[in-house]
Amino acid sequence: MKISENWLREWVNPSINSDDLVTQITLAGLEVDEVLPVAAEFSGVVVGEIISAEPHPNADKLQVCQVSDGAEQFQVVCGAPNARAGIKIPFAKIGAVLGADFKIKKAKLRQVESFGMLCSASELGVSDDNDGIMELPSEAQAGDDFRAFLGLDDQIIDVDLTPNRSDCLSLAGLAREVGVLNKVDVTPVSVVAADVTIDDVFSVRVDASEACPRYLGRVIRGVNVTAKTPLWMSEKLRRSGIRSIDPIVDITNYVMLELGQPMHAFDLAHLSQSVVVRMAKENEKIVLLDGQEISLREDTLVIADEKAPLAIAGVMGGEGSGVNAATQDILLESAFFTPLALAGKARSYGLHTDSSHRFERGVDATLQEKAIERATALVLEIAGGQVGPIVREEAPASLPEAAVVTLRRKKLDQYLAISIDKDLVTDILTRLGLEMIEVTDEAWVTKAPSHRFDIAIEADLIEEVARIYGYDNLPSSMPQAAVNFTPQSESKTPIQALRSVLVAQGYQEAITYSFIDPVLSKQFLPDIEPVPLANPISADMGVMRPSLIPGLVKAYLHNQNRQQSRVRLFETGRRFVGTVDALDELDQQQQISGLIAGSRDSEAWYHNSDKVDFYDLKAHVDALFDLNDGRQPTYERSQCEFLHPGRSADVFVDGEFVGILGELHPQLSKTLGANQPLYVFDIALAAVLDAKLPEYKAISKFPEVRRDLALLVDRSVPVADLEKVISETAGEAFKGVLVFDIYQGQGIDETKKSVALGLTWQHPSHTLSDEEVNNSVETIVAALAEKLGAVVRG
Amino acid sequence: MENLKQILADALNAVAASETESALDDVRVHYLGKKGALTALLKQLGNVSAEDRPKFGQLVNEAKGQVQEKITERKGKLAKAALDAKLATETIDISLSGKGQEIGGLHPVTRTMERIENFFRGIGFDVAAGPEIEDDYHNFEALNIPAHHPARAMQDTFYFNPTTVLRTHTSPVQVRTMETSQPPIRIICPGRVYRCDSDQTHTPMFHQVEGLLIDENISFADLKGILQQFLNVFFEDDLKVRFRPSYFPFTEPSIEVDIMRTNSKGEESWLEVLGCGMVHPKVLEMSGIDSEKYTGFAFGMGVERFAMLRYKVDDLRMFFENDLRFLKQFK
Repeated sequence: MKISENWLREWVNPSINSDDLVTQITLAGLEVDEVLPVAAEFSGVVVGEIISAEPHPNADKLQVCQVSDGAEQFQVVCGAPNARAGIKIPFAKIGAVLGADFKIKKAKLRQVESFGMLCSASELGVSDDNDGIMELPSEAQAGDDFRAFLGLDDQIIDVDLTPNRSDCLSLAGLAREVGVLNKVDVTPVSVVAADVTIDDVFSVRVDASEACPRYLGRVIRGVNVTAKTPLWMSEKLRRSGIRSIDPIVDITNYVMLELGQPMHAFDLAHLSQSVVVRMAKENEKIVLLDGQEISLREDTLVIADEKAPLAIAGVMGGEGSGVNAATQDILLESAFFTPLALAGKARSYGLHTDSSHRFERGVDATLQEKAIERATALVLEIAGGQVGPIVREEAPASLPEAAVVTLRRKKLDQYLAISIDKDLVTDILTRLGLEMIEVTDEAWVTKAPSHRFDIAIEADLIEEVARIYGYDNLPSSMPQAAVNFTPQSESKTPIQALRSVLVAQGYQEAITYSFIDPVLSKQFLPDIEPVPLANPISADMGVMRPSLIPGLVKAYLHNQNRQQSRVRLFETGRRFVGTVDALDELDQQQQISGLIAGSRDSEAWYHNSDKVDFYDLKAHVDALFDLNDGRQPTYERSQCEFLHPGRSADVFVDGEFVGILGELHPQLSKTLGANQPLYVFDIALAAVLDAKLPEYKAISKFPEVRRDLALLVDRSVPVADLEKVISETAGEAFKGVLVFDIYQGQGIDETKKSVALGLTWQHPSHTLSDEEVNNSVETIVAALAEKLGAVVRG
Repeated sequence: MENLKQILADALNAVAASETESALDDVRVHYLGKKGALTALLKQLGNVSAEDRPKFGQLVNEAKGQVQEKITERKGKLAKAALDAKLATETIDISLSGKGQEIGGLHPVTRTMERIENFFRGIGFDVAAGPEIEDDYHNFEALNIPAHHPARAMQDTFYFNPTTVLRTHTSPVQVRTMETSQPPIRIICPGRVYRCDSDQTHTPMFHQVEGLLIDENISFADLKGILQQFLNVFFEDDLKVRFRPSYFPFTEPSIEVDIMRTNSKGEESWLEVLGCGMVHPKVLEMSGIDSEKYTGFAFGMGVERFAMLRYKVDDLRMFFENDLRFLKQFK
């Protein structure tokens, strides 16, 4: 809420300067967002009076004005169409400075001399209105300093109020708080009941008394809506960010700002029979003040007459029933709508108004009569009229009751770790308006004032005491607790360690959005229906990612477009597969995913410009599993639709599918605009978190024996099959097999490949004889021939 | 005798003058070989008188030993010089870069999050995680944010349907922890959170670390103490910190924490970095914790904000562009 500091000081004027006031309010929990000047920086501007305005001899759109500053006359050339004799205007004389450095000098405009400038409101920063020069009320005195005239040596304090403190959504509320903080008295505006001069009433019927426990209406006849809103009022409204419309609307807005009670005024001529406060009928239509037609729901409270809804209660009035230029008689409304009845309603129609903002958070339920009397007095003062009696509909049972809350000494001391003096606590609570029902050494039994409906439990009172005492004045300590070890399982690898493995391989960690473009999602996974957001921030962030890969590919493309051709990225995070209709079954699994592309090493002097391939990627994935000797993966050819069918694999551990790796499908890669092959992996994080507790095995003292085998085998036979047969048949002393060469091409059958293997044996308790090893080799060769058709290359 | 002296002197000179191993070998053969000059002297032993014979023999043997010693010494020198010369030809430019993989790096958000986690792990907090697609009970209701509460407007929420949301904070993880365990509870919940907001200073996804401590006799003073120390440790500075009343539905009293920042012109200003408060009794009760017996505090911070302050990043959106030129700066 924006409020003029001068206005606030009319109500409560502690002897502290502006900066201290702003800090004080902030530290009391009413955070000041910003402090703004009420007008632009300028000097040397006075109230001027146009004595005469003649057409410029050499320009159609200019006039030559004679302007008085009360003492002298000046000739000023002016382009504003509304410049005319008799009006008072802001007059920047020679030497005046507008803004930081725009100095007004004597000038010649099309051969006519001009001594100064007549200003528009926007040039002085007092409104956005740039429609001609600013016209001042006739009572303005020519020659008076313009800043002083408008009281511009003021500032706007913009308070960002938390939802619980709607009691401060008014000048009265803020003043009350400042009074408490400074222990100074507040001077409220005096409200006197207006003299009722006519008997006219307009009947009110409340059908929804739970939502509207109090409704006050008053007829005022013969108001002059063409009267001008006084400058003091329109300026206060402006400083609170509200535009002046007409005197009646301005008055309802003014009372809302002043006292916190939103009000509405109807044009009596447009009301039929009686006002009915009821719930809307489903699909009932209303055209609002802003011109839009709304189709209402039956959970919405409306103010209607016997024919149709006139307003959405507490939100916005209707177009047909509001005050307009022809209005003569009005019905003023001052009602209490319960927060629960209005909560979320404005928003559900895409609306948010000063009125709905207050009613949703809560308005003081005892304020309605005061507000209607205050508004009546202002109407009479500004627009005249004949006042009818107040019509009142109330349902006392539905009105909020002031809460009785007990604050225990023990709890207060325990919460704040300090014992605040009893009298001080009593004083703080009393100044805040709480009624002391009973005060003992053990407790304060209190009753909250009607404007503090946020106070409901003991903790609320503790907060109030702490807040006024000052959070910064409360003690600070470290909690005491028994020393305790947290279990640290060695059979789980910390995620930090896995990240380090990838970082060591040159990967940069990426963080991509969890929501992606549904089109992209379908490009990768045409068969998966991604989980859509109901209200995405934009269409290209419309669905939850079913995989981390699309995001990484997009990140790759971002870098490719910025001349980064060697890319290694990884990300950890959740993917989302399933439907939110069965939230428990929705897969929100954590994944660890990566992408590599470009040269294996950075371009360097040693000329290794090899590009990465599938096997680089596989080594990285293996490293994740190998770290801490976790569960070992097996790889099967993958059917994953976004991967190259011949260069991709599904990853399994213990027979369970845990992820994929491979080259991105060249067609997809091309479609997306990648200019080189991309290699990606996507593994369930849980699968790589397992670790094995190391267990020492004795090292054999006997020598290791190695035999090499070169085998010719069909190209389609995976080397892993050879290895499997070997390890099954190589005997108990077998240690392992490694592949040291693969060859296919010239010199051998084109359906075959040559695989060179190194086999090692080592016995734990004796030196292996040649014969033992030879026997093993023979067995292996026979098995390979039988099972896989492999022959030893001659 | 004279002859022996002369031969010895010649031999030593020849050894010293040898510049290669083969030249040295020639010298050895010439003097010590079977037909060598010193060996020849021994063969003349028969011509020496019987009484001089032992002495002469000893002198010749001493001369042989002396020559042999010098040869060995010279040989070592020559070998070392040859090796030195060979190694000199093998000299490389040690200023060139090493071969192979250059190191990558962690995302600054992760780096910051780990730093925050480490601090709280160090004082006995566990790290807890939970789902990001949440039901409205855990994201709102259980945190004292009922359906009609204006706080739901404060944080514009991503919805899937009226009862399913993208979590707007990591507090649901705290709720889930309270539901399944009893105090003492000390956890922090780092993770992704989402709000329907996107501009210069907001991204629709960001990261939070929230913390919760519930035990007997936990007070506002403990909250102040821990957070003040945390901020000092995180920023490695003795910061000016202020605690300011605020409002969150799940805490009472609620607090926002500001730190004093000084800009390049030396101007000071307060900057909000944390939200926190004493856990609202209703929140404890809803999750089955006795609010008469236990009190606790909760806090939450935006990781990106801490990362920006710590690493002087001035554009929030850089965090999610994944530009390598940005990412590579954090290692």
